[in-house]
Amino acid sequence: MRNKFAEVIHKMGKKNKKIAVVVADISPSGAITEFRKEFPNRFINTGVSEQSMIGIAAGLALKGMKPFCYTIATFSLYRPFEMVRVDLCYQNLPVTVIGMGAGLVYSTLGGTHHTMEDIAIASALPNMTVLCPCDPEEMKLATEWCVTRSKGPVYMRLGKRGEKNYTLNAKEKFKIGKIRKITQGKELAIITYGTLISMADEIEKKLKNKKINPSIYSCHTIKPFDEVGIAKILTRYKKIIVMEEHVPNGGLSDKILSLAYKKKSKAIIKTFTLKDKFIHFYGSHAELLNEHGLSANKIISEILKIK
Amino acid sequence: MISKKDINLSIERCKKYRRKILDISQQVFALHLGGSYSCLEMIDYIYNFHIPYKKKKTNNNIFIMSKGHSCMAQYVILQSRGILSQKDLDNYCKANGKLGCHPDYGNPGIEASTGSLGHGLALAVGICQANKINKDNSKVFVILSDGELQEGSTWEALMMAANLELDNLYCFLDNNGSQSYGVTKVEHPKFYPIKEKIEAFNWEVATVDAHNIKDIDTKFYNRKTKKPFFIIGNSTKGKGVSFMENKPAWHYMSPTLEEYEIAKKDLEEGF
Repeated sequence: MRNKFAEVIHKMGKKNKKIAVVVADISPSGAITEFRKEFPNRFINTGVSEQSMIGIAAGLALKGMKPFCYTIATFSLYRPFEMVRVDLCYQNLPVTVIGMGAGLVYSTLGGTHHTMEDIAIASALPNMTVLCPCDPEEMKLATEWCVTRSKGPVYMRLGKRGEKNYTLNAKEKFKIGKIRKITQGKELAIITYGTLISMADEIEKKLKNKKINPSIYSCHTIKPFDEVGIAKILTRYKKIIVMEEHVPNGGLSDKILSLAYKKKSKAIIKTFTLKDKFIHFYGSHAELLNEHGLSANKIISEILKIK
Repeated sequence: MISKKDINLSIERCKKYRRKILDISQQVFALHLGGSYSCLEMIDYIYNFHIPYKKKKTNNNIFIMSKGHSCMAQYVILQSRGILSQKDLDNYCKANGKLGCHPDYGNPGIEASTGSLGHGLALAVGICQANKINKDNSKVFVILSDGELQEGSTWEALMMAANLELDNLYCFLDNNGSQSYGVTKVEHPKFYPIKEKIEAFNWEVATVDAHNIKDIDTKFYNRKTKKPFFIIGNSTKGKGVSFMENKPAWHYMSPTLEEYEIAKKDLEEGF
């Protein structure tokens, strides 16, 4: 995802002179090196100083620029949180904060580098749009929207590099603020966002072998929350699975359960999230997710229990 | 070079502004008097000599009140320029008004929301860089409080201003030596010296008498390098009122009627 991000910014930055990139010692690499070479004034590296990354981006936006702040998610949102809140959200400035390697992507780096609460935190902020594209293709469309359409602050949660595309043949088009059907099934809906789409894809394949056809939805926009679209899913499917790489508090699961209560939904909803726990474990990303209870096999066995 | 007439006019204006702020202090309790009085001449200098009444193509200089709590000093100046109305001032901190205790972006003449300390300088750095990108020679003026200089974020921005070689950035420090909890020298002794610290961060630094327009102007034009420019304004908290001067308690307090009468006399006749 991060390579694609660099490519999109470089390409759009050639035409759109308002695009600026402010990083804090972490670069999306690849094409961003080209962007920096071609537009040295529009690339700022603040070093390990995330508060100034946000403040400087806000200053650029006050003069009509469209800045993108970029670093590892814990440092782009948590460390400079008050700058995000005041400089960006309170002033409602069109700055996109990229949270790279969000979730447990940096599994071996430990809890200091895990971003398990960002959706709850970012969605709590007035004026903030929260985007979680599930693959490089959605990320490209989301970034284009941030450049051309966004009028206020955006937090965009990204994975890292090398993710596959899952949405090239999606059943529905990408539209900010609208949940999107990726594959068409019948019996149940799997709603997820971000890089966990790969697990949803694995679950789908394995369920098909058991003659169960799930639909997969990418909830790439968490805020504004697509109440209308999700309410339709709550009516259409009897069984709904929500899976997210986020703590149980304040994530997509909470939002969907609360909507289901409001709409008096009769669907059976099972949510799979990270545990509300810091786990000191240093294996691969998949192994750490498994420690939290998130694995395709575990989720499938729970799905099969639903009557 | 500033003329004698300019100096006298500035003295007269600041006297008028202090009185106006004092009068407002009798309407609402929410007012940072001490810090508004300590930076008044510096803000008057910035507006009067560097910020055009109307934005022009050649000069889009702007001012950011990073020590947002002293915005009353900015409000009275904006009102005297016709950017804010008397009604706006009358409704300060009232339910039907638009002006609060800290500046809000979107209000006339307010370039950024400040009040949470440690934000203004980074915003100014971004604006200066945008001006460079847009090949706009305009300057950005900022006033920081000395308490605000204790914020780590301010030092991050100081570092970046120097890295980006922002010769269009002018940062004034309201060095009144007093903050909410008490006297800075007592509470935070290793905060000093200031000048050497800022110089070590690759800024040009000048020290001025913050209540002397001539001194501010002379040092302002005595700049020798193209580094970002930091002007330490040695100031007196509560300047102009006998019982307020250098008293930390006047950080956030309104005078009683009796005190108001004394203050009025002090401002009119000196003490």
